[in-house]
Amino acid sequence: MADLTTEFLGIKSPNPFWLASAPPTDKEYNVRRAFEAGWGGVVWKTLGAEGPPVVNVNGPRYGVIHGADRRVLGLNNIELITDRSLEINLEEITRVKKDYPDRAVIVSIMVPCEEQAWKDILPKVEATGADGIELNFGCPHGMSERGMGAAVGQVPEYIEMVTRWCKQYYSKPVIVKLTPNITDVRLPAAAAKRGGADAVSLINTINSIVSVNLDSMSPEPSIDGKGTHGGYCGPAVKPIAMSMVSEIARAPDTAGLPISGIGGVTTWRDAAEFITLGCGNVQVCTAAMTYGFKVVQEMIGGLSQWMDEKGHTSIQDFMGAAIPNTTDWQYLNLNYVAKAEINQDDCISCGRCYAACEDTSHQAIAMSSDRKFTVIDAECVACNLCVEVCPVENCITMVEQKPGTVDARTGKTVVDDYANWTTHPNNPGAVAAE
Amino acid sequence: MNSQMTPGVTARRLNDDSLRENFGDLHAPLQPHEAAVAADRCYFCHDAPCVTACPTDIDIPLFIRQISTGTPEAAATTIFDMNILGGMCARVCPTEELCEQACVREVAEGKPVEIGRLQRHATDTLMAKGVHPFERADETGKTVAVVGAGPAGLSCAHRLAMLGHNVALYDARPKAGGLNEYGIAAYKSTNDFAAKEVDWLLAIGGITLENGKALGDALNLDGLARDFDAVFLSVGLGGVNALGIDGGENDSVIDAVEFIELLRQTDDLATLPVGRNVVVIGGGMTAVDAAVQSKLLGAQNVTIAYRRGREAMSASRYEQDLAASHGVQLLFNVQPKAVLNGGSSTQIELEYTAVTNGKLAGTGETLSLSADQVFSAIGQTLTTDGGLVLEGGKIAVSERGRTNRSKVWAGGDCASGGNDLTVTAVAEGRDAAMDIHATLMGGVE
Repeated sequence: MADLTTEFLGIKSPNPFWLASAPPTDKEYNVRRAFEAGWGGVVWKTLGAEGPPVVNVNGPRYGVIHGADRRVLGLNNIELITDRSLEINLEEITRVKKDYPDRAVIVSIMVPCEEQAWKDILPKVEATGADGIELNFGCPHGMSERGMGAAVGQVPEYIEMVTRWCKQYYSKPVIVKLTPNITDVRLPAAAAKRGGADAVSLINTINSIVSVNLDSMSPEPSIDGKGTHGGYCGPAVKPIAMSMVSEIARAPDTAGLPISGIGGVTTWRDAAEFITLGCGNVQVCTAAMTYGFKVVQEMIGGLSQWMDEKGHTSIQDFMGAAIPNTTDWQYLNLNYVAKAEINQDDCISCGRCYAACEDTSHQAIAMSSDRKFTVIDAECVACNLCVEVCPVENCITMVEQKPGTVDARTGKTVVDDYANWTTHPNNPGAVAAE
Repeated sequence: MNSQMTPGVTARRLNDDSLRENFGDLHAPLQPHEAAVAADRCYFCHDAPCVTACPTDIDIPLFIRQISTGTPEAAATTIFDMNILGGMCARVCPTEELCEQACVREVAEGKPVEIGRLQRHATDTLMAKGVHPFERADETGKTVAVVGAGPAGLSCAHRLAMLGHNVALYDARPKAGGLNEYGIAAYKSTNDFAAKEVDWLLAIGGITLENGKALGDALNLDGLARDFDAVFLSVGLGGVNALGIDGGENDSVIDAVEFIELLRQTDDLATLPVGRNVVVIGGGMTAVDAAVQSKLLGAQNVTIAYRRGREAMSASRYEQDLAASHGVQLLFNVQPKAVLNGGSSTQIELEYTAVTNGKLAGTGETLSLSADQVFSAIGQTLTTDGGLVLEGGKIAVSERGRTNRSKVWAGGDCASGGNDLTVTAVAEGRDAAMDIHATLMGGVE
């Protein structure tokens, strides 16, 4: 059986599944339950500075986008950092780490952008015996209005400055958690690296309003008739998170910087995908908040089975394996030609491919009077829409046209050579470059 | 208190609780969340096969999508737009042979979208609000007589009224509804649904209903054709075929249609007598309805005896299974030969049949079953033709419902074509109304 043991920044955990800094890791009781359920590590819910803790709203904190049968597709929250005192949290962290030495315990921190504030809290956190810290530069609601969280994460100079303080006053690994509410995530990542960060984790939640109550005209969750944007997470954000992860993994400035992947990890497959894009582990929240801590058992079992099937003996075997295949559009092979093909045995004649293609795409599917659907090669641009709207998996496939065959749409013979936009005659830039 | 074992024909075989349970809704209505989940299974097919399979062409993918977006009232309007009796059809349609059989998910996985139950969810939701979703067009000043207030007549009358015509709707019975009121198994139309549906339908306005008026009795076609701009006949089939066997006149031989009617109209099911041993002759829906309800009333042994094989039965496989699941024995390839009065226990003698050279005939081999009651369900006949040209024992009509006589249209079970389904009758009534409208308003020959 595959070995899921992960060593991230020298921190060992029995598997790559950590719970993200969030409500599930707010206190000892939950974290002990998580460890008993099998989670490899936790990032403790963000601690604030000493003194009276923040207060949360006393109305609803969450809103959700539901799929069929109320499946949670996206979750939005307006909860702040821990609303329990620093002392109690530190005591609990100390006890938990002592009892679970084999699990990763990372402490998330958010204090004002003043050196003294960090200087004060870091030794106390260090004293807990926790394995590292994560700097919460991502929380997009509430705390950002007070100059913390995403307000820091959106200014690379601040990231660099605070990270540097942390490396100065704290001896263990420092992870910088990035906000996606920014134009180019590579800039804050590079700033974190310049500040000495051992790793970045991403993404934090995305600014969001999940719904508006059409009776009260209030965004939801609604507090006494008013709503505010929250932070969006869950399966819906995974594609955004993976893209941002890949950008950091590919950028020359940040390539090789360890990444803890966060954003909609719900199954083993999600985790595997994040790891192939360069993540050393993943952090999970919404899946646990939806189904409870037991979901980690599926993640562990699924990842092990897949690794065994593929012959991977450790996470390292496939970590970053998809990065070389992640490129810019301009480098995609324009000589590659595919055509949709409909397997008539699998087709259930729903006609969705036809409606989608006929109404919104390239009129490349023919429908007969007896509801037989066939691809018109002379029109098909291989856009893949029919594949994706077909309710039967693998009924429609994209078939590569072998070199030597003639593309019925263009009349050109498919060639084996690689050619991309940078050299294409239609590209004014390509001409200018000559 | 009697029991299922009590010999002969008697009432009160089951207690009130059992009867209430037995005659409750066959399928509980879908709750909103169940409906949302069921609706989500619809693929919103292009040019959907379910619509093609629906005799009334309801835009099924659209109404299901409207349910899934939380607007079952809009879904209901989509349904009623094509089928004003969509509420009853949701209850009685053999969906397993129509829309749900055509559903691509039936083809793909043997589990269709539950179209019938979703339709009921939508129509029940709107009707429970007491909303009638249509308004009449400006009055045209034209008058139409509709004779027979069953599914075809109601559908025709509603459509005509909606188009602005004034409709005189006649029915021979004390209540409107036709077979919806008198002829459908009680567990398919609970809580007096048929009568409520008629009241709801008439809320369109422009329709005057007169009960107790039958064609050939209080009404005659010449008079109607003289007094109205058009006439639509939807008188149904008033007669029943006789068994035509020895002992067929015996008191224990009962018309299944009458038995079903009795069940529907009674105030107290416990007072209805039923035999300990019941044999139903026939292979259609009436046979199944009579057999199942005999069982539900407390008969101990109920057998459907059908002269051909299972595949030839006009009751659907679903209905056959429904009967079997209630403990009704299905006996195929037997025909009745004689009813023998044996004093305390009456017997029916059945003869096995076989098809030779394409012709069904008795083999000579017989069997006898105890039969305190024999329900005859071997088809119904037209009783009033108004002197019109017939075809196959029914009033001959064109595709648009025209009879051989000008100004006279016909539809439903009394007219040629069709398949004796409620939904088909609704479609015929609606389409005839459209043709009547086109004719009355000119521009059509």
